[in-house]
Amino acid sequence: MSTVTQVDPAAPAGSTHPLEQRRPLGDRVFAIVALGSGLLVLVILVLIAVTTSQQAAPWFSSEGWKIFTNNWNPAANQFGALAFIYGTAVTAIIAIVIAVPLSVGIALLLTEVVPYRWSRPIVYVVDLLAVVPSVVWGLWGILVFAPWVQHIYASIASAVTGVPVLGFFFGTPTSGASFFTAGLILAVMISPIVTSLSREVIATVPAIDKEGAYALGATRWEMITGAVWPHSQGGVVGAVLLGLGRAMGETIAAALVIGSSATITSRLFAPGYNMPAVIANQFGEASGTFRAALMGLGVLLFVFTIIINVLARGIVERNARKKRGG
Amino acid sequence: MHLRRRQRFMAAGVAAAATALSLAACSSSSTTSAPSGGSTSSPAAGSSSSAAALSGTLNGSGSTFQTVYQQTAISSFKSVQPNMTVNYGSGGSGKGRTDLASGVVNFAGSDSPIPSAETANFKGKTVLYFPVFLGPITVSYNLSGVTGLKLDATTLAEIFSGKITTWNNAAIAALNSGVKLPSTPITLAVRSDSSGTTQNFSLYLETAAKADWALGSSSTIKWPSTARAGNGNPGVAQIIKSTPGAIGYVDYSDAKASGLTYASIKNSSGAFVAPSTTAASAAGNGITIAPDLTFHAVDSSEPTAYPITYQSWVLVYEMQPNANDAAMLKAYIGYLIGSGQSLLTSLGYAPLPSSLQQKAQAQLSMITS
Repeated sequence: MSTVTQVDPAAPAGSTHPLEQRRPLGDRVFAIVALGSGLLVLVILVLIAVTTSQQAAPWFSSEGWKIFTNNWNPAANQFGALAFIYGTAVTAIIAIVIAVPLSVGIALLLTEVVPYRWSRPIVYVVDLLAVVPSVVWGLWGILVFAPWVQHIYASIASAVTGVPVLGFFFGTPTSGASFFTAGLILAVMISPIVTSLSREVIATVPAIDKEGAYALGATRWEMITGAVWPHSQGGVVGAVLLGLGRAMGETIAAALVIGSSATITSRLFAPGYNMPAVIANQFGEASGTFRAALMGLGVLLFVFTIIINVLARGIVERNARKKRGG
Repeated sequence: MHLRRRQRFMAAGVAAAATALSLAACSSSSTTSAPSGGSTSSPAAGSSSSAAALSGTLNGSGSTFQTVYQQTAISSFKSVQPNMTVNYGSGGSGKGRTDLASGVVNFAGSDSPIPSAETANFKGKTVLYFPVFLGPITVSYNLSGVTGLKLDATTLAEIFSGKITTWNNAAIAALNSGVKLPSTPITLAVRSDSSGTTQNFSLYLETAAKADWALGSSSTIKWPSTARAGNGNPGVAQIIKSTPGAIGYVDYSDAKASGLTYASIKNSSGAFVAPSTTAASAAGNGITIAPDLTFHAVDSSEPTAYPITYQSWVLVYEMQPNANDAAMLKAYIGYLIGSGQSLLTSLGYAPLPSSLQQKAQAQLSMITS
């Protein structure tokens, strides 16, 4: 039996000795450029994290753990940011709760229900939503939507006063510019991303799996849950995460419609504040510890987004491992 | 054969379109007529700038309070020095001071003197303050049937701290005998963004109503949680206009533009004065002016002054990197504090009182290179 040596297909023919194998110049340059680009992205990310943390250091050192109290009072040099963290969480959750069923539903509609001829125009229209600039959403929200929806909020609030759970979330005080309005506009802004990514992922499900499910007598819904979802869950979760990241960081639209009131309240129709909005509103006149506090809010936002991404990756990996059975 | 003819037509069409477009471009550029024969002598009264034509670019940024005046002055200054270009990009007083400290701009607009936390950024270089105008902050309200409301500092402090919650409160009624005040709840309209207007309004309450005002003075205040916040002066004006029972603080020019009703405020001499440009100019007289021309125009002791008046400065370095920069700055700032002052009243700002104007003009010669 002749021994078979592994030969690098990129190596020039005729030299099998490892010390004599040299890749062609083009390959080497490409490898360096690709590696360099990847490292550059990593370096930029690390630099951003390090420099913003340096700028925010005065805030962390002067407040310590008090940054997690609800006491934002620049006039008295107190910068407790709990209200903004709460606001970011609430608006992001509202946005996800509204956008995800809507977007995944549209994606399933486009891939499973609608004939191909009609899916192209619908995709086009949904993608147009993504083209609308954030500041236009904000302006429309505060000038048109908020005044109109104010009366709806007020009537809902008066209807549910006293009711145990509903009153807790939807009671007074109400305002056109509120957590709920911001969450709603964020939901509309993130749906195009979640829809198009989910659609792409769902479209990669092999037809043979779907037809197999139908052949076994599954209804359309059973086919979706049995054949489509296992294949595409990783991608859909990834799409939802991307949407969540955008919802947490969306600045101008949130700054204009959230109501700018640093309070922690369960009432979703009340005005609130979130991290990107307070940075946008108050950075122009900030100096010293105030500025460090706003930069620190940026660092916190960065950290939260990373934590969510890592957690979600873990969930996706665990699901995929379970599916593979290993 | 057909193809070749169609191609020829297309080529001809494209050539025709290209020539048409280039002709249009050429002709539009040639219609910018040469500026009226160089008026090189600056008519600024008392300005120490030379009469020679200056050329170059000046960049400034900062206070949004100054934006309208700066832009109006820049376009009229074009007829004084046609070869100079001046740019003013607002961004807020804090941004202006930061830009000046990092050398990005030649001058900065600021509604307050450099705070102690920022002095280190200027690396020991001397900064000159040139006051450019004064402006009233109105206390505007929306109460149907009530005009000519009178308020004083203590009542204002209690309203804006959330202690007075309805319009027919005894304290308000005591100042307005004979006026029927409804029992409508008071809705506060405040700024959502940081601003010099908030800083000076809160400074007034802190100065004139020390015992009743606990929220401090800063460009961002922790208002009562029921306050409605709007973006910029127009945002606050919109809240006041659309909410019956609302009261808030709005710049005079924006309040006039939105057609709001404003209150007369009791000044330190005991007179109830309505906001106006004359009353604001008067406020420049009864105050202490530091040698570097910094001051606070709130709560002036002048009898005819409007008490909630604030000011804005143009900040420049005393030492400029070259002679041309120094000359350009002297010319432009000289215009702002000199003949440009005549533009102010129609814009809703108050010109500097003559004593302050003279001090500012005397300081112009300190800009050197």
